[in-house]
Amino acid sequence: MMPLFTHIDWADIAQACIDTLEMLGGALLLTVLLGLPLGIALFLTGPRQVWSRRFVHAALALVVNLLRAVPFIILLIVMIPLTVLLVGTSLGVIGAIPPLVVGAAPFFARLVETALREVDRDTIEATQAMGATTTQLVSRTLLPEALPGLIAATTLTAIALVSFTAMAGVVGAGGLGDLAIRFGYQRFQTDVMIVTVALLLILVQILQIAGDRLVRRVSHR
Amino acid sequence: MIRITGVAKRFGAGGVVLDGTDLTIGAGEIFGIIGRSGAGKSTLLRLFNGLERPDEGQVLIRGEDIGTRDGAQLRAVRRRVAMVFQNFGLLSSRTVEENVALPLRIAGVDRTAIAERVAELIDRVGLADHRRKYPAQLSGGQKQRVGIARALATSPEVLLCDEVTSALDPETTRSILDLLSGLNRELGLTIVLITHEMDVIRRICDRVAVLEAGRVAEIGTTAEVLLSPRAATTRAMLAETDRGVPIETRSAMRILRFTTLGAAADHPVLSSVARETGVDIAILGGQTGRLRDQAYSQLTLGLSGDGIDAAVARLASFGRVEA
Repeated sequence: MMPLFTHIDWADIAQACIDTLEMLGGALLLTVLLGLPLGIALFLTGPRQVWSRRFVHAALALVVNLLRAVPFIILLIVMIPLTVLLVGTSLGVIGAIPPLVVGAAPFFARLVETALREVDRDTIEATQAMGATTTQLVSRTLLPEALPGLIAATTLTAIALVSFTAMAGVVGAGGLGDLAIRFGYQRFQTDVMIVTVALLLILVQILQIAGDRLVRRVSHR
Repeated sequence: MIRITGVAKRFGAGGVVLDGTDLTIGAGEIFGIIGRSGAGKSTLLRLFNGLERPDEGQVLIRGEDIGTRDGAQLRAVRRRVAMVFQNFGLLSSRTVEENVALPLRIAGVDRTAIAERVAELIDRVGLADHRRKYPAQLSGGQKQRVGIARALATSPEVLLCDEVTSALDPETTRSILDLLSGLNRELGLTIVLITHEMDVIRRICDRVAVLEAGRVAEIGTTAEVLLSPRAATTRAMLAETDRGVPIETRSAMRILRFTTLGAAADHPVLSSVARETGVDIAILGGQTGRLRDQAYSQLTLGLSGDGIDAAVARLASFGRVEA
């Protein structure tokens, strides 16, 4: 057995860290931008809600469920042609972002819908009774009231994305997951595996603690 | 002010909530709607600001049929017909000031005017020391004061109150009802409130409608409805809150019910009638109290001796006598 931690290329590891953070940041931003309106639409069109539309809701729910039913590893492969069409390549950080967003946005949208459902019904009715438009209801009441829940949803999604980025390594995305697969698994370099897992753990911890702190800060319940 | 005619509302398959309801509420009155849970009170109240729409019939606010209004027109109606809620409906993420400011911000009022109006409203409901607190830091009564201040922000003509005291203890209930009563007097505000508590009706309502299974079982002034109820529902609901049960007696007394209202309740009617007519009067049961600002007494009397008819006639000049 090889001595541990002697053959590690720290420059590789540093680059992998940067790749992971870029994928995470880019994918999280787009996931929120796409998933938030989708979650709001799911909520508003739901049964007995403000803008209840049975068929729109059923159609949105079907798309979301379909995307959530497909295992991410399959989604990565199926998405390749679309990814090439969208960003010109299916490789590297840029190539990983479209499948990551398509995988995470439906998940985030469901969490958004759940967070919005937690908003007190009297509060929603009170806002309507003030003569608010649906847009004002969303911007002035639903989003501020659901903010702690929305931050918790973002934290959960970010952590899910960390493990998605690791899987994206399989199709040549780069990052810590890719390193773990190529060195740790395919070349039996257990030490590389340990270092990457440790780094991923640190990343998850940072996300969770920061998320929890933020929730506490904005919550006035 | 508010008139509804032939209003029907159904939910789902066969579930009738309101069934041909008619009602007229005058400007400047405090109108109570009482009924058991499931009688359709909440739905009825929500017709007045378009949160619910009638399946049949008309809902007229100052002659304007709001059952058919949509979009901007409906939102304009909602600024004139404000609402207060049982569980307050405050935004937990906003301070007292921000909560009260919300209807004005929604209406697009400019910032300096908002600040001025909000300060005035918070003073009006007695929360000047709590303006920067969050709802979670307030008591139930204080939260409801915020709810009322918020509802008043757009200077509405009508205030709809949905079980506004049901989540509060008796003492806080009294202070909230006093506040509403004062607003009615000082601003000429029309108040429509729904409740299942007879005491709320007794304390502040000018008129009351008793709702049963989506229909108005009885309507009239508070004194009429509470002191001589005709509908079975009203009687049953009164029996639950009335403390006194008449004493049963076997002696040869003429039993009658004697009701006085207003000034007569302050006079020593019974002793003067007894002295004048020589009839003995026994009090077998009854109660006294206030209906809004009016004193009342309703007693079950037992009369014995000669000249009972004369005594009954004397009693009738002070109040109502029923066998």
